[in-house]
Amino acid sequence: MNDAAIAVPLTHASFKSATKPIWCPGCGDFTVLGSITKALAVIGKPPKDVAVVSGIGCSSRIPAYTTCYGFHGVHGRSLAAATGLKVARPDLTVLVASGDGDGYSIGGNHFLHACRRNVDMTYLVMDNHVYGMTKGQPSPTTEPDWDSKLSPGGTGLRVFHPLVVALAAGANFVARAFAGDPNGTAAIIAQAITHPGFSFVEILSPCVTFRPEQREWKNLVRPSPVASTDDPARAARLLMSDDGLNIGVLYAGDRTPYPAASRKPRTTPAELETEFAL
Amino acid sequence: MSPTPAKSGKKVAARKPAAKKTAAKKVPAKKTVARKPAARAAAAKGMPAAPRTLEAFMQQAVAMELEAAQRYTEFADAMEIHNNREVAEMFRKMAKIEGKHAEQIMAEMGWREVPAMAPVPAWEGFEGPETTPGDEIHYLMRPWHVLQLALANEERAERFFARLARAATVPSVRKAALELQQEEREHVELIQAWIKKVPQPEQDWAVDPDPPRYDE
Repeated sequence: MNDAAIAVPLTHASFKSATKPIWCPGCGDFTVLGSITKALAVIGKPPKDVAVVSGIGCSSRIPAYTTCYGFHGVHGRSLAAATGLKVARPDLTVLVASGDGDGYSIGGNHFLHACRRNVDMTYLVMDNHVYGMTKGQPSPTTEPDWDSKLSPGGTGLRVFHPLVVALAAGANFVARAFAGDPNGTAAIIAQAITHPGFSFVEILSPCVTFRPEQREWKNLVRPSPVASTDDPARAARLLMSDDGLNIGVLYAGDRTPYPAASRKPRTTPAELETEFAL
Repeated sequence: MSPTPAKSGKKVAARKPAAKKTAAKKVPAKKTVARKPAARAAAAKGMPAAPRTLEAFMQQAVAMELEAAQRYTEFADAMEIHNNREVAEMFRKMAKIEGKHAEQIMAEMGWREVPAMAPVPAWEGFEGPETTPGDEIHYLMRPWHVLQLALANEERAERFFARLARAATVPSVRKAALELQQEEREHVELIQAWIKKVPQPEQDWAVDPDPPRYDE
């Protein structure tokens, strides 16, 4: 690439690859992809400065659909890979795409510690309350009484509350968006990317195949009734009474991201070796 | 239309056009982004805030057409992947038409590139007036359904410009809004005529002998 080339303004199309998504027509992930590309265009970071990391699941296909660097990793381990990448290459903007199964069940432990570590990256979880890719098993966010062939009578299990967990574990930015609100979602993603530290955005993304009733979300979601806060205690009080349908930025804190900006990145194995007694 | 498969796994047969349904139910002011005071006041009265300059108005119109083109392209890609080629082609055609509308507006304004505008347009609802919500398609839909969605979009766009024309306080903006309203009316009529030439889908258009989801 010739860096001296004339700068072409970035649009959402600059971030979309030629690979066509294979999601079910009507899936919320289509519009989330559009929101991500729009947010990146707004921020103005070229694709070569952005990496999209994912695990396994429908939403984890996103890296292939962008022109950014991509890493489609193993189930539930996207945050571990992304953390390593960001610490080694702090110059990159790192986005992590996941779903409610990949992110909250298989990757649940990584979620907790990524929040705690507060590495400067953005975690986007497309939550449809079901394992769609594997044909509709209940996930950690599935309602306890969701009756299906694979969970007759429902699981009877209490749902996981990702925003409460993220806040308690130390995420520096906590928000919820809705796939059916593409421009609102793009605005939240742009905010999440530019906010320092670990930013967590849960995106309600309907699964029209296994949860067709989620089409109703567009009539149920609403802007969060309270403004964003930097007070974790206030955010916690709000979240404990949250019904999962309030959208917007709920918490934006000011914890210093890890590693400190003064720490110089090590880019070669030789540089790494100097820190070990070999 | 919203050809939603029923929870039982049996698909719902073709319904009446979404035009009447979705437009009537559109709930304004569901944006997460804080609105400017003028926009908020206008939204409270159920009216869009009219841009104060012709340039700002036309930027909004271009954004609206481009968003519609982008969504139709997404739909075309999705249908192509799911081997519904006739419908894919139809969505591709719609995307091209919307793209041409954007080009026409730009040519009228003498713009060679898409003008810079607010980072993400804040519409009255979740989507631009001429954009089909992402969940209103079905992998087995027919060309007739595509036209019903397009008709709903054009009718919504016509109402949008009509409301802007009423809300406009600047004569050049009002004149442009009325012109675009008239154009959208023509599109409505074109699509209505087109629908007459396309066969209505059969009763069981959404029945899939090998569905992705089994409930029984």
